Amino acid sequence: MQTISINVNKLETTALRVREHIIKMSTDGGCFVGASLSAADLIVYLYSHFLNINKNNLDDPDRDYLFLSKGHDVPALYGTFAELGLLEKDRLKNHLSTGDHIYWHPNTHIPGIEFHSGSLGHLPSVAIGVAMDIKIKGGTNKVVCIMGDGELNEGTCWEAVLVANAYKLDNLVFVIDRNQFQANMATEDLIPLEPLHDKFTAFGAAVKRIDGHSFEALDEAFLAYPFQPGKVNVVIADTVRGKGLPSIERRADRWFCNFNATEVEGLLHELHGEDLTQLTSETLVVR
Amino acid sequence: MTYEELLTETALADERFIVMTAENRALVRNIPGKLWNRFIDTGITEQTMIGAAAGLALRGRIPVVHALASFLTMRAFEFVRTDAGIPNLPLKLSSFIPGFLSDGNGPTHQAVEDISLMRGIPNMTVFAPADEQDLVEMLPQIWACPNPSYVRINTRKTDHQHTPFKWGKAEVISEGEDVTILTYGLLFDQALVAADILKNEGLSVGLVNLRTLKPVDEHAILQATQGSSITVTLEDHFLTGGLYSIVAEVLLRHNVTANVLPFALNEKWFKPSLLPNVLEYEGFTGKQIAEKILGYSTRFVQPGISLAQFSE
Repeated sequence: MQTISINVNKLETTALRVREHIIKMSTDGGCFVGASLSAADLIVYLYSHFLNINKNNLDDPDRDYLFLSKGHDVPALYGTFAELGLLEKDRLKNHLSTGDHIYWHPNTHIPGIEFHSGSLGHLPSVAIGVAMDIKIKGGTNKVVCIMGDGELNEGTCWEAVLVANAYKLDNLVFVIDRNQFQANMATEDLIPLEPLHDKFTAFGAAVKRIDGHSFEALDEAFLAYPFQPGKVNVVIADTVRGKGLPSIERRADRWFCNFNATEVEGLLHELHGEDLTQLTSETLVVR
Repeated sequence: MTYEELLTETALADERFIVMTAENRALVRNIPGKLWNRFIDTGITEQTMIGAAAGLALRGRIPVVHALASFLTMRAFEFVRTDAGIPNLPLKLSSFIPGFLSDGNGPTHQAVEDISLMRGIPNMTVFAPADEQDLVEMLPQIWACPNPSYVRINTRKTDHQHTPFKWGKAEVISEGEDVTILTYGLLFDQALVAADILKNEGLSVGLVNLRTLKPVDEHAILQATQGSSITVTLEDHFLTGGLYSIVAEVLLRHNVTANVLPFALNEKWFKPSLLPNVLEYEGFTGKQIAEKILGYSTRFVQPGISLAQFSE
């Protein structure tokens, strides 16, 4: 393994706080807890170490770009924004309030959100456009687009990889949050995706497959950017839906959750290693 | 009877029915185990699902397809128009969380142009039930029709007892000389509240549940607009292309005019929040509707609005 340039303890502390924010947003209307928890570590890593994005350069055309294409994991992004000083922590309490803009999918009223999402398979192509312009202008900024594995059902994701390959967009990284589930069930039980590494390779991408909850593995992969000159980069981050909360991890029926106050309290304790939480709230899996 | 019970019963009785979904299972949770290979989940692939449904229809099947309203009508629009509309195949589109029912999701999930898009397709028929009972009343005739159809699925409950569904006919709840409210879908419930307030204020109030947007009941629209001083169109849809536009088209076709007050989304998406808060914020509670028509506030207390049954 290469030398690690990161402070793993610090990243883990940040990620733990982000998970606390996610859990606190999963009540009074709820949110997509499972997908947010699976993406939390990679979002924390990207903003802490890979991306040149901070509260002072959000309008700078030379900044890096992150597009959150799966969208419903936005609590992980807002939690990261709050921890890294891009968003006031108090505003997270406004989740679903008509007085703010914090709801189930990302929108550009929140500084740092580059594009709204929620309809799957849109942002891979938007990211291509941004990466193309950076190439035309001879810029060195990086473009990252996070996609869900279920999202890969949508044909436009694959069109985007074909086009990114055709235009040799080695400044673009597609990150797949491979948490093995789509809304209702395991991906492999519905529309099988594997062998995913081979599929992306066959489409012309330079691919790395890593443990998406290991900061060392994330760092090793992203330090190697660009993976191969002239090739679009793909990182398949193997993750766990609901990571950090054993009582909902890898559960098909815990996609969208609207927990009651007692459950939230219990889950916050569970996150810190205490006993599993007794969940009584109705499971809400609807897509 | 629920939507799922009716669909199960219909499909079990008629081998032609195929139930399809683009991984939107909320309405068909128990159907896989009942229909086995006549249940097809294509994953999150709305376009492929519609194309496949057309292929199944070519073989004599009647596919009842499910997806979120915005993705069913917009992502797959050209497939619906080209693969169901042009050949006039009996694809039965069941659209999930249309209009305000997408509550906290945001504009990506707001289907507030679906009526406009779907009614623009030749051969397509378009329906928007007021509640679950209204939905279950109309579906057997919709599913028996040889045309493609689009239904804004609404499984909310109201206290209203609906009359039997008649093809192409609106349900006239009451007739009035001062104000007539024309509406469809989940806002019917708020229209009932608004009508009560207006009656309490001494007005003669009509209320029409359109039920079908295409083929529309022109007679009911002409009766309402000609029979009362003000006609209100009430819909969780863009002002463009929905009921307000339909009324304008009908009036123009019959060479008449009328005093019409529209409640719709004018060049904007709605504020994402939980459903009761959305209605309040956008001014679509019964009390807000009535007071805008009256031009003054009342002491009436708005009844509670139940949360949406589903999230997305």
